[in-house]
Amino acid sequence: MIDNKNFENMNIDKSLFAFAHEGENLHDTKFDTKPVSSLRDAMRRFTKNKGSVVAACIILILLLFALITPLFAESAYTDSYSVGTDVTYLQYGYYLPKTKGFEGTGFWDGTKKEEINQATYRKYMAMEQETGRPVITKELGTVEIDDIINKGTLHVVRIDTYAQKGMLNVTLTQSQYDALLKWQLENDIQVIYPQVDRTKPTDPNDKRPVCLSKDLNIWYACDIKGVPVYGPGKTLVPAYLKNNTHPEYYYNSKRIAGDDGTYSYAQVTGSGAKSNFVVRVDSYNYFLYKYGEEPCFAFGTSSEGYDILTRLANGARFSFLLAVLVSLINLTIGAIYGAIEGYYGGVVDMTMERIVDILGGIPFMVVTVLFQLHLAQKVGVVGALIYAFVLTGWIGMASRVRMQFYRFKSQEYVLAARTLGASDKRIIWRHIFPNSLGTIITGTVLVIPGVIFSETSLAYLGIINLGSSSMSSIGSMLSAGQQYLKDFPHIILFPALFIALLMLSFNLFGNGLRDAFNPQLRGSEG
Amino acid sequence: MLKYILKRLALALFVFVVIMTICFVLIKMLPSLPPEQFGKDAQVIQLRREQLGYNKPIMEQYFIFWGQALKGNWGISESLYPMSDVWDTFVEKLPYTVAINIYSMLISVPIGLALGIFAALKKNKWQDQLISTGVMVFVSVPSFVYALLIQYVLCFKLQWFNHTIMDYTQGAFAPSTFVDMLPAVLSLSFGTIAGLTRYTRAELTEVLTNDFMLLARTKGLTKAQATVRHAMRNAMVPIFPMILGEFISIMSGSLIIEGIFGIAGVGKLYIGAVNAIPPDYNFFMLLSAFYTLIGLVAGVVIDLSYGFIDPRIRMGSRK
Repeated sequence: MIDNKNFENMNIDKSLFAFAHEGENLHDTKFDTKPVSSLRDAMRRFTKNKGSVVAACIILILLLFALITPLFAESAYTDSYSVGTDVTYLQYGYYLPKTKGFEGTGFWDGTKKEEINQATYRKYMAMEQETGRPVITKELGTVEIDDIINKGTLHVVRIDTYAQKGMLNVTLTQSQYDALLKWQLENDIQVIYPQVDRTKPTDPNDKRPVCLSKDLNIWYACDIKGVPVYGPGKTLVPAYLKNNTHPEYYYNSKRIAGDDGTYSYAQVTGSGAKSNFVVRVDSYNYFLYKYGEEPCFAFGTSSEGYDILTRLANGARFSFLLAVLVSLINLTIGAIYGAIEGYYGGVVDMTMERIVDILGGIPFMVVTVLFQLHLAQKVGVVGALIYAFVLTGWIGMASRVRMQFYRFKSQEYVLAARTLGASDKRIIWRHIFPNSLGTIITGTVLVIPGVIFSETSLAYLGIINLGSSSMSSIGSMLSAGQQYLKDFPHIILFPALFIALLMLSFNLFGNGLRDAFNPQLRGSEG
Repeated sequence: MLKYILKRLALALFVFVVIMTICFVLIKMLPSLPPEQFGKDAQVIQLRREQLGYNKPIMEQYFIFWGQALKGNWGISESLYPMSDVWDTFVEKLPYTVAINIYSMLISVPIGLALGIFAALKKNKWQDQLISTGVMVFVSVPSFVYALLIQYVLCFKLQWFNHTIMDYTQGAFAPSTFVDMLPAVLSLSFGTIAGLTRYTRAELTEVLTNDFMLLARTKGLTKAQATVRHAMRNAMVPIFPMILGEFISIMSGSLIIEGIFGIAGVGKLYIGAVNAIPPDYNFFMLLSAFYTLIGLVAGVVIDLSYGFIDPRIRMGSRK
């Protein structure tokens, strides 16, 4: 037996100690590769999945579209309804998509194929004669038709929707009138066209040419149905109003060809400084005057005259913003709730799950309606919508996190941490939570398309109203365009295409992320 | 198992009552129109409101509400279809929604199952990849996008179908109504087919890798025999409840489709009630109850199906 006491007091000199293996080459395995963090590992798996990478690129492009479009596509025209109170834009609805450089190709040039009857054909040719801008860009032949509505020959033509609108009646104040007259002279562009004589002569001897049609685009002598009264050589006879004797009337600007100086260009109402000038303007050139550029809408205009391109970008930006905001809030609530549920289990879990059951049982549609009824007055439509999303939206995230906690909480490293005296809080946030991060990231990404889809559906159904002159959402664009689907499908085409592409890319992207973070779940959902 | 089902049903009932209570209280907090506004109908409105206890304290109203609701008296429409009985209108519209869903299921289930089985058997070959891509597209793209496409192409361009139901006097299950409904049914089916295909493929591929499949082939069954007798039977255990759940839950999924195709079903009624000015609260209560119930029943069915899939799943245990 060794006496312990001796050891305690024994004093060994430091120099007597030596390293056991000093100078020896220890043959331990040397790693040739660098250690890979789990995030980098997931990244590597993700980039291998070509579909998801493409989807991620598409999402990025769509996001850039939403962010960048307003920078170059917003113009004086779009400002006129999003900021100002001017309602001239209402006149410029139903334009088809048009891009410079495609003129005359029949594709993306604002034209459409139509079958028109003889009277319409005549009117369009006359419009071209007056303004010099062809309405019919191409004649494709004729068809014989014989049914209840139409009988005779129909012309198959391509119509330029930008020229089809023709004339507008505009009421101007005196200063606006003066400015327009001045602009006409400076730019040598005819905006104002002469007034047309539409008063039926009472005296049978009165043989002046009169236009009895109410159509603003008809400027020649004709009967009430627009059938022209031809002059010599079957030419159209202008029925312009002459010799305006109103005391306030004046016109000192560009005149149309064939005007002998007697044509009347404005109809004056009121008197003195308050007089208004009602003028007949060419809608195309008036646009040029008013907004400083020729009308050309890459995605066309909606029925109300909104530029679809900028409205779509604004709507998309709103949707993205809402979705990211909602998913962040839901992520926070869901993660905390799920963590507590999953970690403590038992009675806590039971109670909290029943609360989830109740909240989750309320149809989302009902929640939204109730919030709109109660809160829309106080916090606005968007505020009420966010509340509705938050009330039940976190449930999915909570149950995902809860599952992860059930999976991880009985593992050895948690036991080790607990043995070392780590508090519940520390075990939850420092040990288990980082392990379920992959699920949470995937969940967040998959929540975004869900939110966009719900928002779009609700706006589409009219349950929430997100469409106004200064604001738009994809859903409200779809619902506004649906009634014109038959004749103007372009109004709905672009928002529908956008949402379809967005949903598809987000789902592919989300699936790619899920496979990358949880390879063991791969293929479980196809 | 029976005990579990009963427990699950009791819970669903409890959730239903709680949700209805919340709806009831929130709706009662909103002001209702003064009866004078209805002109000559003011007397009737007053009487019906009296019957539902509008002037009594809210607790008493609540019990009257349940008492009357269970008897089928949900009040009278005040703004959407003024003076018509809410329950009767609902019962009148219900067949159209049910018809659409039944037709849609009749189309979707065989196609979805067939595509899923085919994809599983051809796993990772080009046929499977083609089907999986299609499934991905139809699962992701919102149903109203292809509903609009179908409406434009089939109803307006080709003019094969009317764009809505032309004659409501025929009844919901008449052949002419079926033809008019077909575009709507198609639009509703795509998503269901895609979902079912995906689910069937996933289940079947898992079953096909089991050892008993190898045994079946070893004892001399052909591939077709083994698939039908062994793999399909096993795969159907989770698929069948899923189909049931799907059937119940698309009752509420036809909301948008009904709106697009203008089919006067329950979905359109709900949207109409919410968008009416002021919203029609009595319709809202009834239809909220309807949709809540659908959601809960579907949940119970799907939940029970999970028990079939994997009895090892035991939630709620501590540690």
